[in-house]
Amino acid sequence: MHHTLSVLVENSPGVLARVAGLFSRRGFNIESLAVGPTERDDRSRITLRVDCSQHSIGQVVKQLYKLINVLKVNELTADDAIERELMIVRVTAQPADRADLIRLGEVFGARVCDVGPTSLMFECLEHPDKLHAFEEILKPYGVKELVRTGRVALRKSTPERTRSGRMRVLA
Amino acid sequence: MSATNPIPARPDTPRVAVRTGSMTGAEAIIRCLEAEGVDICWGIPGGAILPLYDAWARVEHSVRHILVRHEQGAGHMAQGYARATGKVGVCIGTSGPGATNLVTPVADAFLDSTPLIVITGQVPTHLIGSDAFQEADTTGIFMPITKHSYLITDVRDIPRVFREAFHIARTGRPGPVLVDIPKDLANATFDFSYPEEIDLPGYRPTQTGHPLQVQSAAEAIARARRPVLYVGGGVLNADACTELHAFAEAVGIPVVTTLMAKGAFPDSHPLCLGLPGMHGSKFANWAMNRADLLVTIGARFDDRVTGKLDAFAPGAKVIHMDIDPAEIDKNRKADVPIVGELRQVLPALTVAYLDLRAEDRIASKREWKDQVEEWRFKHPFRYRRVGPLKTQFVMERFRDLLADRDVIWTTGVGQHQMWAAQWLKVEKPRHFITSGGLGTMGFGVPAAIGAQMAYPDKTVINIDGDGCFQMTMQELATAVSYDVPAIHAILNNGWLGMVRQWQQLFHGERYSETLLRNDLPDYVKLAESFGALGLRAETEADVDRVIMEAVESRRPCVIDFRVDHEEKVYPMVPAGAGSSEMIDEPWDNDWVEDGV
Ligand SMILES: Cc1ncc(C[n+]2csc(CCOP(=O)(O)OP(=O)(O)O)c2C)c(N)n1
Ligand SMILES: [Mg+2]
Repeated sequence: MHHTLSVLVENSPGVLARVAGLFSRRGFNIESLAVGPTERDDRSRITLRVDCSQHSIGQVVKQLYKLINVLKVNELTADDAIERELMIVRVTAQPADRADLIRLGEVFGARVCDVGPTSLMFECLEHPDKLHAFEEILKPYGVKELVRTGRVALRKSTPERTRSGRMRVLA
Repeated sequence: MSATNPIPARPDTPRVAVRTGSMTGAEAIIRCLEAEGVDICWGIPGGAILPLYDAWARVEHSVRHILVRHEQGAGHMAQGYARATGKVGVCIGTSGPGATNLVTPVADAFLDSTPLIVITGQVPTHLIGSDAFQEADTTGIFMPITKHSYLITDVRDIPRVFREAFHIARTGRPGPVLVDIPKDLANATFDFSYPEEIDLPGYRPTQTGHPLQVQSAAEAIARARRPVLYVGGGVLNADACTELHAFAEAVGIPVVTTLMAKGAFPDSHPLCLGLPGMHGSKFANWAMNRADLLVTIGARFDDRVTGKLDAFAPGAKVIHMDIDPAEIDKNRKADVPIVGELRQVLPALTVAYLDLRAEDRIASKREWKDQVEEWRFKHPFRYRRVGPLKTQFVMERFRDLLADRDVIWTTGVGQHQMWAAQWLKVEKPRHFITSGGLGTMGFGVPAAIGAQMAYPDKTVINIDGDGCFQMTMQELATAVSYDVPAIHAILNNGWLGMVRQWQQLFHGERYSETLLRNDLPDYVKLAESFGALGLRAETEADVDRVIMEAVESRRPCVIDFRVDHEEKVYPMVPAGAGSSEMIDEPWDNDWVEDGV
């Protein structure tokens, strides 16, 4: 079972090491981790994708809260959150295939960002599931190189949802 | 009925007014210690921490420094002091090897939730990351074994960091906090004042137990037919032993105290079943195993207590009270979780229980208590006094000869530790200090010295193994130079006895690398070479004499008890087995039909 955690932390030295260290020490599996600045200089937000087949998500959240620099941990579910990820991919593209590939890219909202003699590079900012689908479509052409940022997510601001209690804030 | 009550959470210790104004970072550290009421600390100087030691000699202050012989000794002494007093222990080391020598005591303090402040020197800021002489990534090394850690990057942060560090170490679930100080910042000058306020938005340690959960717990206890109180070291850390006593007497049900909780509830109390787990009594283990309710108080379902988790107390509902929310549901699912300060939760629960109507309360526990009493009467700890001197006999003599003294016990790790836990009677909190979570050989000698420094007039006795003693025996020099009269009783079986026991039972009697020799070193001569008193007992007839001579000498003292190396600690639940799979001496196996 996979979960997305949005962890608001103080921007203090070593905070990423503390979070990453906690996961390795406790044997929690991270699928992806993305960290970056927030609306405040003194805060960062870490978006974690956690595989909880071995541990309960409750235990992961409680352990995170024991870190002094962790301010807030939210579990985000697909319904409650906007989840995005950036993928850059270089795919083999013989001149004959180019038009096909570009059309496919359009379908997935990907943009061509580099063109080589026998390759194309796409950038695609989408929901991670869609990135996966796009990658599968490209595979037959030959994926030469690929990188993804790891997902980032923020809670949606739909008041109905909040009131109906579907959003989970784990405290 | 109300589940809230007026007993406040343990207050943060009041701070002492200290000198302020322009000073070096090093002097500021000493002022911070003074402000926190620290009167003693342990350490060894070295290059990167020299500015601090220079300030120690240069400025007037009220913090005593004890020069130890190995930083591990400093750490365990600070632990011994902290566990005997409930105050924060402070230890100091230089960068690199000074810091790495502190790893063991800090890991030990982390697992046993002991409040420590660990101060380490670091190479100057501009050299950090260059593999400079005696550079180690101290904060990196200590990250997974501290409650929190700091690397000072600006001299002006020193007061805030120490204020936070002490607060974090002593509040909530206590633990060690590291402060690493680059040498240039210790030498830098700034305008010092100690902050009153703390701003730690991510740290909210104290909570009040939820009144509804407290109420459910009271009702569950009332309904239970076979309840047991399962008490852990958290009760000592919370200073909630008086509250525990009142609660236990109000509900009148058997109390099991883990190794870490020995003394939290008087061993001689009629409700006390003492030690559970791997080497616990049959009656304590059977009581837990047959219980329909475990009232868990500051304990954490450690594998040395539970054995195989699935087989542990299979029919019991669990009430789990703890200050640390992460302990709830970690190893065992709690039916009624209560997160909060035990000093608040226990009285609330007592009141809630007593407020229930009498007829609701007496869902009769009589039969259960009779059953437990019968087990206790028929199946006490036993040993046979044949052949060489037995450690159990020595423990009994310590217990009986010193029954009217206020003895603080420390131990090493191994067979002798288990026999100490089985046979000694500890009636008061903070009078049994042992390495539970990490199981650190070498803990006993320095922990005893630290405890004795906290209470110079008490009798402090370290029940040690010969293997353990050799790991930290250099601290006898510390004991003699500061005239610390703790007694180090070596139960000398000439072997790494506990490991030998496992080899005998589970590894086909292949005694691989566990023979030490009981005459190497000669512990009497060794003690004398340190200027300590050295005594030896080889037979039962010697035991009383050496104990009384040691206790009455009021000198640092080593006793070499030559004990049987064949004796094994029983009963025993093999690692990974369920507690119903307990094994025992062949001659003491008549209990099987009574077991559960
Ligand atoms: C630092 C450390 N190393 C190794 C061990 C593993 N160990 C546990 S008990 C033990 C033997 C202890 O021997 P001794 O001090 O003579 O005590 P005895 O069991 O003989 O009473 C050992 C080696 C440990 N607990 N700590
Ligand atoms: Mg031994």
